[in-house]
Amino acid sequence: MVGGYAGKILRVNLTEQTISTEDINLKWAEDFIGGRGYGERLLFDEIDPRIDPLSEENKLIIATGPLGSTTAPSSGRVMVITKGALNGTMACSNSGGHFAGELKRAGYDMIVIEGKAEKPVYLWIYKGQVQIRDASKLWGKNTKETDKLLKRFTHPEASTLQIGPAAEKLSLISNITFDGRRMAGRTGIGAVMGSKNLKGVAVKGHLSIRVADKERFAKAVYQARDILSKDAFSGKGGAKYGTAVLVNVINKAGGLPTRNAHDAYFDNAASISGERLTKDHLIKAEACDSCSIACGRVTQITSGKYANNKGVGPEYETIWAFGAACGVDDLDAIVMANYLCNEYGLDTISAGATVACAMDLFEAGYIPKSDIGFDLRFGDADAMVEAVKLMCEQNTDFGRLLAKGSYRLAEHYGHLEFSMSVKKQEFPAYDPRAIKGIGLEYATSNRGACHVRGYTIGAEVLGGLDKSSYEGKAKLTKKLQDLTAALDSSGICLFTTFGLKAKEIAELFAAATGFDCDKDEFVKKGERIWNLERIFNIKAGFSADDDRLPERMEKEPIKSGPSKGEVANVSEMLSEYYSLRGWDKNGIPTDKKLKELGLEGLL
Amino acid sequence: MKVLMVDIDKCTGCRACEYACSFAHDGEFNPLNSRIHISEFLDDFVFVPTYCTQCDEAYCMDVCPTKALTRSQSGVVELDYDKCIGCKQCVIACPWGNIKLSSDAKRVIKCDLCGGEPECVRVCHAGALEFVDVEDAVLGKQIRAAANIKRSAVAGV
Ligand code: SF4
Ligand code: SF4
Repeated sequence: MVGGYAGKILRVNLTEQTISTEDINLKWAEDFIGGRGYGERLLFDEIDPRIDPLSEENKLIIATGPLGSTTAPSSGRVMVITKGALNGTMACSNSGGHFAGELKRAGYDMIVIEGKAEKPVYLWIYKGQVQIRDASKLWGKNTKETDKLLKRFTHPEASTLQIGPAAEKLSLISNITFDGRRMAGRTGIGAVMGSKNLKGVAVKGHLSIRVADKERFAKAVYQARDILSKDAFSGKGGAKYGTAVLVNVINKAGGLPTRNAHDAYFDNAASISGERLTKDHLIKAEACDSCSIACGRVTQITSGKYANNKGVGPEYETIWAFGAACGVDDLDAIVMANYLCNEYGLDTISAGATVACAMDLFEAGYIPKSDIGFDLRFGDADAMVEAVKLMCEQNTDFGRLLAKGSYRLAEHYGHLEFSMSVKKQEFPAYDPRAIKGIGLEYATSNRGACHVRGYTIGAEVLGGLDKSSYEGKAKLTKKLQDLTAALDSSGICLFTTFGLKAKEIAELFAAATGFDCDKDEFVKKGERIWNLERIFNIKAGFSADDDRLPERMEKEPIKSGPSKGEVANVSEMLSEYYSLRGWDKNGIPTDKKLKELGLEGLL
Repeated sequence: MKVLMVDIDKCTGCRACEYACSFAHDGEFNPLNSRIHISEFLDDFVFVPTYCTQCDEAYCMDVCPTKALTRSQSGVVELDYDKCIGCKQCVIACPWGNIKLSSDAKRVIKCDLCGGEPECVRVCHAGALEFVDVEDAVLGKQIRAAANIKRSAVAGV
């Protein structure tokens, strides 16, 4: 018996208002695992890679993995696969929460959403019934209110996903929120959903999920949980400090991009640290399905001009984006900017990095004050929050421009070099000049600059590798990218890799599904997924020219801190990376590689 | 004697206990068949686990016409499926909603403390659930409250 999967795919066509189901393809399940991999295989099959991401032809796939809805550690991941609005890559963003479990127990491993509704609608999925319902009462509402109303309109224990006003207005950096509190943030997937006039989905499960081998699975689960409980982050630190514990760690390593990456060391990091957040803002830790780490932050602002606001977050990346990247050291203002983005539904990494880019352009004299309406300087916390408001509300020309992300902003003012992005997506909170491997990861990540496709930081900063050396980084990057592609597809959280290795994850997968799979085979599936994404991107028009960091990384040395003087030279690693991948010098997978992965004929 | 205790402040809402409970009893994952239930109160981000506390004066036992519910030596109110006629009077009688119908409506289900090693406690990494000697049941809370008093005392408040 194949276990782990719900067994069916739900297909909803919003243009035709039709609903259908189909069995999952077990060959694809075995080859591509589920979630990210399976969803991408499906998208690859069904859309032309050259389409406009916001056109009716694009599809939005909400997918779960075979480990979801079980006791497997941190198994609440849900993945959204589509051609991303921000950059047109094969995009997959994922979120935690409880949606994946409910969807699987409703009987579906994934939902494929096609077409475009005439008017705003939401979906309600329960006991084999799928309704496309009028969402006119929800349109315009923020994510938190929408979650609440969806639960009120459907079932008090339904799980939901929704877009906020930012995605309704097609912001290219808008996200999709789950249960009003967890976000699939990157690549502008919210705008794709907005373009379909789909405001939300509510789902309640009633079925059971079975695994192939119960005893083997239970054993693998408790082994994995044991390992995780012993690691410093996944055992205790995650719940105590959340991801924000990294602010001090990365700054001390001289790798915290500061003031739109003019520097990589932020003097005032201590005032925006995770320790500070825990002390001043944290109410409690919150967890996704079956997660023992509980990195989620429930927070409040107790004093100052933003007092009495309450919400979730910020994550490390968010603190960096509104903090160090903007030169801002006021944690209340950062938390407030984070709440605003959560409610309007904006990706906080891209949002903060875009404000940083705007500050940079303003200080250089390229954006006139009259465009903005106020001075937008590095370090000005009030101006940062005001800029975030403009971006959220999109009711001025400048606000609408900000909501398109830093690439379009910098392009508009004629200075693309001010956008700290790769493939139009802003890079996150690790400086590639200081930490060499992450630069290669940003440059080659299939969805644009990203840290969670191959988190080299674990080895480069927290582990034993020399972060300033190029040696071994191509190999490290490839290895982590492949493992992560497989892990994402299985439905568990990247943070489990603080403790778990490919071996333990493969064992969970094999025990749940019954597929024969050891660690090498598991990573191979990840490599297959990585190559599929690459092929899609090539067909969409991307090439080796796009595997590049912004020129500031190569030309402007870090000004201060422990990594002072360093620059990034990705080309040092890129050709080695291509060859390790079995790609030619133009970054195109060779026939031999495609055959080895069973992807022949797809390029 | 041991009792199952919950510390609501520590619960992260992960629902691993619901998954583990249903898997331990039925070999499949379905929170609807879990004997422990997590309620979310999102306005305040409070998560409340509820489960059968094996009442001293158990209404379910009293109401059962076939004596299918009996108290074991270790204090657990146990259900004998051979005697159960599925009348569901116990479900109605329980004021807490802690005896319920399985999702296929075929059985009445309730917490049996897994024969002395509750699976929910085993899986709860947050330490929100504990299976403790009755003498120590509130010790953790007592110490926590006392620590607050101590802090004020030291601060001279
Ligand atoms: S396992 Fe523990 S922390 Fe998680 S929901 Fe249950 S009681 Fe709460
Ligand atoms: S349902 Fe079964 S256990 Fe409950 S009262 Fe009726 S006979 Fe007794």
